[in-house]
Amino acid sequence: MVTAFADPFDALFNLQRALEARLASDWLQDLTTSRGPFPPINVFQQGEDILAIIELPGIDKNDVQIQAKENTIRISGRKAVDFPEGVSVHRRERIWGEFDRTLSLPVQLDPDGIKAEYRDGVLALFLPRAERDKPRMIAIK
Amino acid sequence: MASKQELQVQQKRELEKKEETTIPARIFVPTADIYETEDALSVILEMPGVERNNVDVRVEDGVLYVEGRVDLSKYQNLQPLYTEYNVGHYSRSFRLSSKIDQNKIGAELRDGVLSLTLAKVEEARPRTIQVK
Repeated sequence: MVTAFADPFDALFNLQRALEARLASDWLQDLTTSRGPFPPINVFQQGEDILAIIELPGIDKNDVQIQAKENTIRISGRKAVDFPEGVSVHRRERIWGEFDRTLSLPVQLDPDGIKAEYRDGVLALFLPRAERDKPRMIAIK
Repeated sequence: MASKQELQVQQKRELEKKEETTIPARIFVPTADIYETEDALSVILEMPGVERNNVDVRVEDGVLYVEGRVDLSKYQNLQPLYTEYNVGHYSRSFRLSSKIDQNKIGAELRDGVLSLTLAKVEEARPRTIQVK
């Protein structure tokens, strides 16, 4: 069974291709109040709801604030990189500083249902679509 | 260290390898900080999304190899709507300038940041020579 080997790799390859293809997507065009700045965000659809995944390695959970209002999400905080005293630094590539980013989504969110999870340096924001914003089926009488 | 600094997005650098991999997946270079103390070399690598069990660290012929694999099962059934970064495994290697004690390599993974402490062997430590 060759397919048994191909399967997990296909999952990665397909995801990467999908991510690459969506770089040009205009889904959030002119909607993010600050597109581009730190931290980079990937937005996924999960059924009716939205999942935002943000790579933020080495952040103290207490240093990140997440605010939600109607259809916007604000992520702000501080990323610190510390070196011990009296060492000789060979390489310094990791970035540090403060960040503040607001993301406007084209759907209304349910602020009470928002969940944030930080694990292995990845922040996942589960953003449920507000009930009143969901499309409704109209029965024809 | 100044506390105010606007953070810029760091684009992920793709790993350039002499050989191609059999899997057509992307591998990225984790950003690294390296510093040296009198008795050890510390390497800090950012590998967001990598779990503890999926990290490989080894030193071979004076070269440090670090590999981290991400778990993609979490991304299944998700449909990308808008993306700004790509996801992939991590790999990076460094040629070490000083001799490292193979048995004294400490590794700690926390919040996607891998901290390696490579203890130098006794003869590689700096010595002060007294002039008589």
